[in-house]
Amino acid sequence: MLQNPPATPARTAAPVQRRSRLLRHESRMAYAFISPAMLLFLIFTLLPAVFALFLSFTNYDILSPIKWVGLANYERLLTDELFRRGVLNVAYYAMLYVPLMIALSLSLGLALNRKRPGMTLFRTLFYLPAVTSSIAAATVWTWMFQKDYGVVNQALDVFGIRGPNWLASSDSAMYAIVIVTLWQGLGSNIIIYLAGLSGVPAFLYEAAALDGANPWQQFRYITIPALRTTTFFVVFMSLIGAFQLFDQAYVMTQGGPGYATTTAVYQIYSNGFTQLRMGYASAQAFVLAVAILCVSLISMRLNRDTGLG
Amino acid sequence: MNSKLRWTPWMVLRESLFYALLVGVAVIMALPFYWMLVTSLKPDADIFSDPIRWIPQRVTFEHYIKAFTLVPFSRYFWNSTVMALLGVLANLVLGSLAGYAFARMRFQGREGLFKMKLASLLIPGVVTLIPSFIILKSFPLAGGNDLLGQGGQGLLNSYWAIVLPGAAGAFAVFFMRQFFRTLPDDLMDAARVDGASEFRIFWSIYLPLCGPALATLGIFTFQAGWNVFLWALIVFNDPTMSTVQMGLQSFSFNHQTDYGPLMAASVVVSLPVLIVFLFAQRYFIQSISFTGAKG
Repeated sequence: MLQNPPATPARTAAPVQRRSRLLRHESRMAYAFISPAMLLFLIFTLLPAVFALFLSFTNYDILSPIKWVGLANYERLLTDELFRRGVLNVAYYAMLYVPLMIALSLSLGLALNRKRPGMTLFRTLFYLPAVTSSIAAATVWTWMFQKDYGVVNQALDVFGIRGPNWLASSDSAMYAIVIVTLWQGLGSNIIIYLAGLSGVPAFLYEAAALDGANPWQQFRYITIPALRTTTFFVVFMSLIGAFQLFDQAYVMTQGGPGYATTTAVYQIYSNGFTQLRMGYASAQAFVLAVAILCVSLISMRLNRDTGLG
Repeated sequence: MNSKLRWTPWMVLRESLFYALLVGVAVIMALPFYWMLVTSLKPDADIFSDPIRWIPQRVTFEHYIKAFTLVPFSRYFWNSTVMALLGVLANLVLGSLAGYAFARMRFQGREGLFKMKLASLLIPGVVTLIPSFIILKSFPLAGGNDLLGQGGQGLLNSYWAIVLPGAAGAFAVFFMRQFFRTLPDDLMDAARVDGASEFRIFWSIYLPLCGPALATLGIFTFQAGWNVFLWALIVFNDPTMSTVQMGLQSFSFNHQTDYGPLMAASVVVSLPVLIVFLFAQRYFIQSISFTGAKG
């Protein structure tokens, strides 16, 4: 989008020259304006991305010089049980987290979209967890998930349910992380759905009602298709976040018990920064990035084919 | 509800269920905040009680005092505040400069450069983690480094390590560009006719119109900076540089956790963003709606 439409061709030479001098000044200034942002992009995004690929073919431990090792890191990855465990864990986590996130944020978004008193207050309350840091949230929930003195099990007790030892049992530790991340992530996605819902034209519903569509049909054939891009965005962002799960696993379970909640990023962190195997950790990071890309492409494909949002 | 409608028993039931459900969800959302606060105010003896005491009988502030004396929490607080505010300042200035140029100025390669910058939002952060660390560590002529970036710790263990990589985030540039594009052209033309410099047009004509956008972006950036964890964990190994988020880890010793001070510290960590949220809620909502709309 250019601001000034090009001048009419019938013009004398002098103003054209002045105009081009002005334009030159303008573009010089523009380059000056964008240069800090672009320089930082160069140093902290583009260069690292290329550098990461290079590092993944080397051994580097900070202390000794970089050594080229070809595909050795990638070969080693194939037999690395812990990294496989980390990737499978986040895949399992994403399979629980993403569908629950969509179902809960869409239904709560639809609920708050009704014209009823008090909806703004509920929106505020639902968004509150998104304001805290993941670390503070994980810290509080760790306390709430305590076996005997924890609020969660005490509350379950009221309904006659004996809660598990959430974080110390490999069966339930991942569920605890799912609960915490859902609690914290819901608010933002509810608001994204509310924004999406406000863009669905009301006449569609009026027309459908005239044609005798019941509420379920209106939801299935108007709301869901209209929210397709919104849903795609929520799925995409949730997947990227899910595959890079780290904070909650670090605080709540330290990847345990055993390796039940170790994650891919956890493995990359401990290889790269605890054991200083930076070349190997870079190879892991690349494999994870490719996995994220593949899963995103598949979800994009599914989104388009089924039309099911 | 529409007053012309008659309230049938079915409708009363439906609406009550609707509100009961929302209240239920709201309780779950608010419970951790309540429990954090209540635990932080209970004396040690009351924290571990079975059955639990939902309402504290005795209130004490000893855990808050402990939180600041057991570990150097005020130092962490200072670190986090300075870094978050520097991050906000950098993003507001650099983001609006670049966003303005991309939105309103004519130059070769404008679209291409902008798309490149935007593409960095698609790169998973984990890929750049290790290389960025090495780049900071071998930053020339910083932290005892020579011209080739050897010898010292570079920018590690300094505020720069957190502030610099995110000083002009792609989101900030994109957000400001979208905003500048909504402003009218004639202001610019009039100022040019008057011979104002490009920087003056930006600084004294367009930027003052950006109040709400800057507030939204500032809050968004502050929250992100205040909550950063993994990156801080990597670039800081000097304990005096710890952030509040890292500081929360220091209340556990040998698998023994001191829950009273830990919850007091959690309250303190959550408070700044929470207060900003309660006073400037609409800017939070706007930034989230905006992220959704671009999808």
